[in-house]
Amino acid sequence: MTSIEDYGSFKTAWCPGCGNFAILKTVKKALVALDLRPHQVLFVAGIGQAAKAPHYLKANLFNGLHGRALPVATGARLANPELKIIVQSGDGCTYGEGGNHLLAAIRRNVDVTLLVHNNHVYALTKGQASPTSTRDDGFVKKAQPEGAFSGHFNPVEAAIALGAGFVARGFTGEVDHLSELIQKAVAYSGFALVDILQPCVSFNEVDIFQWYKERCYLISSEHDVTDRAAALELAGQWGERIPLGIFRRIERPSFEDRFHCLNNGPLALQTVEKLKLEGIMKLYE
Amino acid sequence: MINLTNAFPRYESDEIVWRAVSSKESETPMTDESFNILIGGEAGQGLATIGHILSKILVRAGYSIVSSQTYESRIRGGHNTFAVRFSPGAVHAPTEAIDILVALNEETVSLHEESLSLQGVVVVNQSEREGNSPHIAVPMKDLADGRHINSVALGVVGAIVGLEEDLARGVLKDYLDGAAEEVVKSNVKSLREGYRWLSEQSRTLPRVPGPSDRERRLTLNGNEAIALGALAAGLKFYSFYPMSPSTSIAVALIHHAQAMNLVVEQAEDEIAALNMAIGAAFAGAPSMVATSGGGFALMNEAVSLAAAAEIPVVIVVAQRAGPATGLPTRTAQGDLEFVLHSGHGEFPRALLTPGTVEECFHLTRKAFEMAQAYHGPVFLLTDQFLADSYHDVPRFGLDDVPTVRTCAESEGEPGESGEAFLSYKVTENGVSPRLLPGLTSRCSAGYSSEQLVVGDSHEHSEDGQITEDLSVRKVMVEKRLRKTEVLKERIVPPQRGGDDNAEVLLVCWGSTKGAVAEAASVLSGNGRSAAWMHFPQVWPMNPAKIRKQLEAAKNVVCVEENATGQFARLLRRETGFHIEDRVLRYDGLPVTPECIVRELAENGKG
Repeated sequence: MTSIEDYGSFKTAWCPGCGNFAILKTVKKALVALDLRPHQVLFVAGIGQAAKAPHYLKANLFNGLHGRALPVATGARLANPELKIIVQSGDGCTYGEGGNHLLAAIRRNVDVTLLVHNNHVYALTKGQASPTSTRDDGFVKKAQPEGAFSGHFNPVEAAIALGAGFVARGFTGEVDHLSELIQKAVAYSGFALVDILQPCVSFNEVDIFQWYKERCYLISSEHDVTDRAAALELAGQWGERIPLGIFRRIERPSFEDRFHCLNNGPLALQTVEKLKLEGIMKLYE
Repeated sequence: MINLTNAFPRYESDEIVWRAVSSKESETPMTDESFNILIGGEAGQGLATIGHILSKILVRAGYSIVSSQTYESRIRGGHNTFAVRFSPGAVHAPTEAIDILVALNEETVSLHEESLSLQGVVVVNQSEREGNSPHIAVPMKDLADGRHINSVALGVVGAIVGLEEDLARGVLKDYLDGAAEEVVKSNVKSLREGYRWLSEQSRTLPRVPGPSDRERRLTLNGNEAIALGALAAGLKFYSFYPMSPSTSIAVALIHHAQAMNLVVEQAEDEIAALNMAIGAAFAGAPSMVATSGGGFALMNEAVSLAAAAEIPVVIVVAQRAGPATGLPTRTAQGDLEFVLHSGHGEFPRALLTPGTVEECFHLTRKAFEMAQAYHGPVFLLTDQFLADSYHDVPRFGLDDVPTVRTCAESEGEPGESGEAFLSYKVTENGVSPRLLPGLTSRCSAGYSSEQLVVGDSHEHSEDGQITEDLSVRKVMVEKRLRKTEVLKERIVPPQRGGDDNAEVLLVCWGSTKGAVAEAASVLSGNGRSAAWMHFPQVWPMNPAKIRKQLEAAKNVVCVEENATGQFARLLRRETGFHIEDRVLRYDGLPVTPECIVRELAENGKG
């Protein structure tokens, strides 16, 4: 049995009171609940305060470039389909810099779980608007002295529209619920997005804990996660009411199945067949 | 570890055969055993298809060949060419004078008839303008029932050259393997009609040298040779975003992916392509990407990532003429400095620059071996000419396949059980033992199955944790740079040929090798003593040795396909030796022996 101690504990570079602490705890809890050993899991992270999270637990880790965690995860998964892969990063990294990769990852449906720490602001660079900054009028930053004019990116709505098979939203104020969401996402076979709302205590003065607390509610158990239209309608809610939970969960054909060689396990363990290569060479004679 | 020195072709032993430049350029044509066919027409007329088939027929017949292709960035129309130069002896470079000009449209005649050799003849469709040159007007449309005119042309050319029809039909059928029966039949019929029609003509035909009797060879272009070299190296993961002239590497690999248990994935962009390859390599798959200048620009940050995270990956940059979109389908050697300095920060790297199709195969394997030995990016710098150029290549020995096996890498270095594995352990040569995530005990006896592996782009401590400890930073910078020595132990040295103590030494790198070597041979034939020096690897280099060789020559000329002499500049920076004389071509076409000799004559060096 795996215990929470197996995932270790580390000193962090986060601000006191940051929502990242809660996310780190729920991730560990989810992995323990799934009885996954640290060596069975590969975390892939981008750059930002959120992307440091996998450094603060024991597991395999690849911490690459800002915005590029998903392609690294895709490559790793296609090289070793035995790895449980979790991508962890922030809203700027995933929805800003890495937008094209999100689009492609959803389309591919590689078995990767994407956890986005969504605090609606670029915090590590000291407070600029992010794609998910919510208020055109109120989001005044040094880089956006008149407020953020670009429209708010709704990742949940976009993911459903693009055909993602597992789309959920959690909140750091609802840790048990969040841990359960992460468990389900990791257990899901295919690409799973969990967008996690979190306040930023240092650089987001508007979307504060209380702001979320007053608006967030749990999606009713009557919601049909296979009903695309219902999922989209629910996802479109933002502002006064913010739904939390699983919006969409459907079966999709797995991307990995398209590669016959992956049925034989990790590529590193597969030999190069000399006879076949000789046959290929003959084709060029 | 494999030693490629023996497998590496001894270029000096190959006979360089020179063909005469056309009478317009040389008053005394030299003895010549090579023959040059140029097929011209619009995109969509199937000229590259018959060019490829003709190349293969010639090689099967026993000729040495070099082909070169020019095409425009469009799908239909425009003016494209496919030239095949062949000889019973070895040929290594394209040539300018044309012995048979196969004109699939009228424009081809007017554009190329000036390049006809003394015995040159135009093969043209009867209905097209025939020009003033000697020509054979073929009723192609009638012979082909209006279809597969290119196969009629192939038949006529095959008959002129004296290639057996059975041989030609065999290659054509192999090529059409998998096509609808009706298509095969119709093409074979067109080919037969071409042969039949020519046999009924009574006219003097150009004299064609006979083939030599030798062991069967492969017909490969540079990109196919890279694909095969990568498969022989042990490639397991390839990601790409389509970009001319690199795309046919992907096409070749996709073709063989199922047989070779290979994952090939078309990425959403070049940024993703290299990041995917890095992820796959981290997870244990020997990985490669290929692109051209613009795509490589997008890969730059990930080049730096491969260096920081210490991930072995092979990156092919098939150069085309920039800047920006430039001439997307033309050749150039303009990205040497770009690739050499790509990626932010300081880190070691290796740049291999194959001179021939055969070297594409061997140096691709070498690239994997180097990447695996030092854990970082290794570049293969080619260009459009080499990527698309077919050449006859001896069969490759596959005894030591694969070159690399990532799974077995840490064998013999068991870690102490219970101790945490250090992904970035500081070692004497800078190379840390490498484990694969999730496969630690299965790949490396002695390690626990629960060992964890970390890859990190931040400055990190030995365990891969982010560090701001500046003393650790210094140690890690030095650790990475020490790996340069690992690469230096593996340098593929420059090769020399031609006269000893030559008056003129022609220095080159990459795909210009054949043309430069032949130009040196021509100069020697003209009574000048000349030699050539080719760099199959331009980085890292052994400056002292190179300087000595350059100083020993009376006149040194650097031949490059760029406008600013990037390699000459690099040589000066590293060796202190300044090469003042340059032959630079940057119009988008490959250098030919003729153009080198012409330029040297104009500069008073030839």
